Amino acid sequence: MTNQGYLLTVLTFFPLLGTFALLLLKGDDHVWIRRLAFVTSVVEFIISLLLLRGFDLTTSAYQFEEFYAWIPNIHIHYHMGIDGISLFLVLLTTFLTPLAVLCSWTSIHEHVKEFFAMLLVLEMGMVGVFCSLDLFLFFLFWEVMLIPMYFLIGIWGHGRKIYAALKFILYTMFGSILMLVAILWLYRLSSAAGNPTFDLPVIQQMLSSGTITMSGTTEMLLFLAFLLAFAIKVPLFPLHTWLPDAHTEAPTAGSVILAGVLLKMGTYGMLRFCLPLFPEASHRAAPVVATLAIIGIIYAALVAMIQKDLKRLVAYTSVSHLGFVVLGIFVFNPTAMEGAIYQMLNHGVSTGVLFLVCGMLYDRRHTYEMSEYGGLAKPMPILCAFFLFACLSSLALPMLNGFIGEFMILIGVFDARHFAWASWAATGAILSAVYLLWAYQRVALEKVTVEKNENLPDASGRERFILIVASLVILFMGIFSPLFTHRMDATTNDLLEQVNARKGYDVQKRAPASPGIQPALPSAHELAMRTVTLERRTQP
Amino acid sequence: MFILDHLWIIMALPLAGSMLTLLAGRHWPKKLVNWSSVGFPVLAFLSYCELAREFAALAPSQIPWIKDYFTWMTAGPFRVDFALQVDQLTIVMLGVVTFVGMLIHIYSIGYMAHEDGYYRFFAEMNLFMFFMLTLVMGANLVVMFVGWEGVGLCSYLLISFYFTKKSAADAGKKAFITTRIGDFGFTIGILMAFWLFRAVDYHTMFATAANMQPEGLHQWGALTAICLLLLAGAVGKSAQLPLYVWLPDAMEGPTPVSALIHAATMVTAGVYMVARMNPLFSRAPAAMLAVAIIGAVTAFYAATIGLAQNDIKKVLAYSTISQLGYMFLACGVGAYAAGIFHLMTHAFFKALLFLAAGSVIHAMGGEQDMWRMGGLRKKIPWTYATMLAATLAISGAPLFAGFFSKDEILFDAYSGPNANFLLYALGLAGALITATYMFRLIFLTFHGKPRFDEHHVHVHESPKVMLVPLVILGILSIVGGWFALPVYWGGKDYFKGFLDPVFNSSQQLMLQAHPGWTEPAQSLEFQMAAIAVVVALIGFFIAFYLYVMKPDAPKKIAQSFRPIYQLLSHKYYVDEIYGALIIGPIVWLSRNVLWKIIDVRIIDGTVNGTAFLSRETGSGLRHFQSGNARSYATWVVVGAVAVTVFFVWMVK
Repeated sequence: MTNQGYLLTVLTFFPLLGTFALLLLKGDDHVWIRRLAFVTSVVEFIISLLLLRGFDLTTSAYQFEEFYAWIPNIHIHYHMGIDGISLFLVLLTTFLTPLAVLCSWTSIHEHVKEFFAMLLVLEMGMVGVFCSLDLFLFFLFWEVMLIPMYFLIGIWGHGRKIYAALKFILYTMFGSILMLVAILWLYRLSSAAGNPTFDLPVIQQMLSSGTITMSGTTEMLLFLAFLLAFAIKVPLFPLHTWLPDAHTEAPTAGSVILAGVLLKMGTYGMLRFCLPLFPEASHRAAPVVATLAIIGIIYAALVAMIQKDLKRLVAYTSVSHLGFVVLGIFVFNPTAMEGAIYQMLNHGVSTGVLFLVCGMLYDRRHTYEMSEYGGLAKPMPILCAFFLFACLSSLALPMLNGFIGEFMILIGVFDARHFAWASWAATGAILSAVYLLWAYQRVALEKVTVEKNENLPDASGRERFILIVASLVILFMGIFSPLFTHRMDATTNDLLEQVNARKGYDVQKRAPASPGIQPALPSAHELAMRTVTLERRTQP
Repeated sequence: MFILDHLWIIMALPLAGSMLTLLAGRHWPKKLVNWSSVGFPVLAFLSYCELAREFAALAPSQIPWIKDYFTWMTAGPFRVDFALQVDQLTIVMLGVVTFVGMLIHIYSIGYMAHEDGYYRFFAEMNLFMFFMLTLVMGANLVVMFVGWEGVGLCSYLLISFYFTKKSAADAGKKAFITTRIGDFGFTIGILMAFWLFRAVDYHTMFATAANMQPEGLHQWGALTAICLLLLAGAVGKSAQLPLYVWLPDAMEGPTPVSALIHAATMVTAGVYMVARMNPLFSRAPAAMLAVAIIGAVTAFYAATIGLAQNDIKKVLAYSTISQLGYMFLACGVGAYAAGIFHLMTHAFFKALLFLAAGSVIHAMGGEQDMWRMGGLRKKIPWTYATMLAATLAISGAPLFAGFFSKDEILFDAYSGPNANFLLYALGLAGALITATYMFRLIFLTFHGKPRFDEHHVHVHESPKVMLVPLVILGILSIVGGWFALPVYWGGKDYFKGFLDPVFNSSQQLMLQAHPGWTEPAQSLEFQMAAIAVVVALIGFFIAFYLYVMKPDAPKKIAQSFRPIYQLLSHKYYVDEIYGALIIGPIVWLSRNVLWKIIDVRIIDGTVNGTAFLSRETGSGLRHFQSGNARSYATWVVVGAVAVTVFFVWMVK
């Protein structure tokens, strides 16, 4: 094991440094607290960009690895590393955190220092989750991250904030406990095989090489324990009810991070643990998981449609969109899987913007009830324009990011011959247009009905900055997707090879990057087709 | 070769105009907005002219001319390039879009002069041009889909341009969502096409289709399914039965929008798509028949509704639906060239009709009800003359543009290889009604006595900037059909010949499928033309009798045939039926079952029930924690155990 620098350690613990610096400031020095928090998060983002520079897209091995013994007598290691899946999730985290800091600039009045300290600790936890390759370390970060989130909702939230925070933490904790049991079980299995370890790559290697053997039932139980923890986090229908409450009551920054990053930990966990460790169980459970995902897509869209509270509406849309991601993961197809990873990033950005807009409205009127708004495009055209832009990204308008992820997932699902799944999931595209445009109409169009709204100030310079940056990212990701997906190729192919190779599942090899045609699933007609030489006509 | 080598320029011009106006237009004086937002479409048209010139010099082997710009999506075996292509069909479509688009932009300077949000209007119109050009120039289905959704977005924005009006906001939303229902089909169609052909670019798809064994193409009815799914998208975009309901409401938008988007260009995208996909459709006869049936039925059905509308723009909206039906009918019977030809002439005369109607509305100070007009002939003579030319064209008066195109469609429906007498008869009946409702519009608006208060409404002719486009389109409504002067008129059928490379293979396929078919005699073509003219004349006389000779008659007829009149004027109650059968139940289900019962009662109800139970049973621990927290814990455990059990049971 060679160590490849300290970048991930720096990246993970830099926010903690910021937190300590914050604690040194005086509690009522709000200006410098904000500035310090912002600078910390921006520097963190810049550091994370170094990952892109050093990232080797030809290998599926973990990169930037760091490996130190930590608690040797129970074989716990400090093992960090990223691959094509976690690379962009780390970037997403470091990108969203400065936005979350900025959007809390004026809306947090009490315990300002503690608020930003919590936010930075949260960032540390999130980056740690995505970087750790030791099961114990992962679990540690997973739990560490819960605490600041709990306080963010419980202290700086609104309405029934305690209720929402408890609901959030109990749901997640329940999953965590099962996951912990599963982790310990895996440890026991590895020690029974003569090499006790919590190290993920090692366990994976032992499992796939047959060093560790277990019965189908054991594999299924372990798989379910992990899956449940992650499914709660995603959240997968019917485990989603904590989400609307947590979102509605959380402060804007909390919602942005919650929707933008925390939900992705569920889908990330599925990719990192469920699939590679338990490929057979994954295949067996896939029909059920995919069905739940599709139910979630449609059910949450319908429920979102009739919400009267804007933030709750956006929260339900997350359930719907994450359904696409889970579906994309559990069809074991390269296109769908890259689409799913891409959609995780897209959802982070576009839903983030939607929550930011909700927050900006809340800052002005202290309500999320849509009936309190209406006609806002007149007094605040700029804010509403960005709102519409985020809606369009969320409803998958081509050339914006949401389309690419959704479309790749659908192509992959269809290509894996799950015709019905693809068709059902695609109805989500109709429904998303319904709920988003309806919401937009209720907030921004028609006449101003509430007198107070007539003279609301349009987006301020700070707000415009946030919205412009996020919108540029939305546009960029909608046009230059290969810049992202190329970095995922090696990892997804390798992962799928592992998942599909066991016990004779269809092995889907990646086609060469040339425009030539390489059927993924040869069948009678495709074989007939191969006799045809197809030359792509390009002009000189 | 400059433009051919830099195809993107044509698209980039309106996009640049849009972005400039959008970002800076707020602070500009109106003049500058005009120059920028009209200048860019004019430049686009000029570069189109240059493109056409360069295209004419290309060797046949270089067509389609494809330019690959960058890879837009790639994952696994799937790959989409952002690629543009030019062939004969593209040249025709580009011509229509840039030319009519340019004229309507010029017209808008006058029409929108007094509106708020002037710059926003032009920014969105420019953006529309960009997406429309993307749609017709895209070299694969996904790039077409980009343009397809993009024009839908612009249509949404422009329909709800007067967004403070609830009806306008509703109409925009309805348009977007209804077309999205069709796009659902389009999306699945693309997925399936990729699955079958392993590619989504036209060139590879068509080459693969041509080389595949029929058993491969039709395994599980794949090809027919692809065509029908794509057709669903076309039906939504082109406002055909049963998804036409958004187009009449779309008239809430400013009139230039109706002319450009909802008459001349965007709504014809469906026809373009079917024509573009002709190598696929021609191999799926069942899908072809579906196209023809939808087209013919819509042509007739929408025309009947047009008879009983009083809003001048609504009449034109139903007329558009009906005329699009003819284009579908043409494609469905395999006469693609005739369909595209009608698309072009229709773009001229229908854009003109809308612009002239806009001029009328402008003159009347915003009035749209034809029953409150009348006698405008003398007061706005230019508008009258041009509108009359367009009406003659759409009704099929000999030598006018619509005469040639519609005749060719009906002729092919009657005697082509895929002829179908019933569909022909529907088309012919539609032609009769078309003449009736169009002349009804002319008579009600321009003839008879004024039915409005002349002291209040100061009727005035529109400014030159609006009239010039009217006159140009008026001339084209007369001579626009002469490109395609058929052989029996002494012409060379130039249009069909020009498009032949695109449609030739489909033509051959059709002939193979109908070996017994022989070319009909020229005399038959004459007879058919004569029948069509007679039918149009009958339609004209009905309108003349009812609205000029016996002005009281319409009311009497409406009274004595009350149920029919009601049915027509309420548009067959289709909106109401959709509302009651689809939208209502879905909303009700979502609110009262999914949310209030499943989410709130079953889940939160279980929570509360558990809370109650645990309070009753565990009173000892009650002091330490709130009931809520523990109830949640309990509930979560119960739920998780249930799910686990379910899983184990399912997967075993």
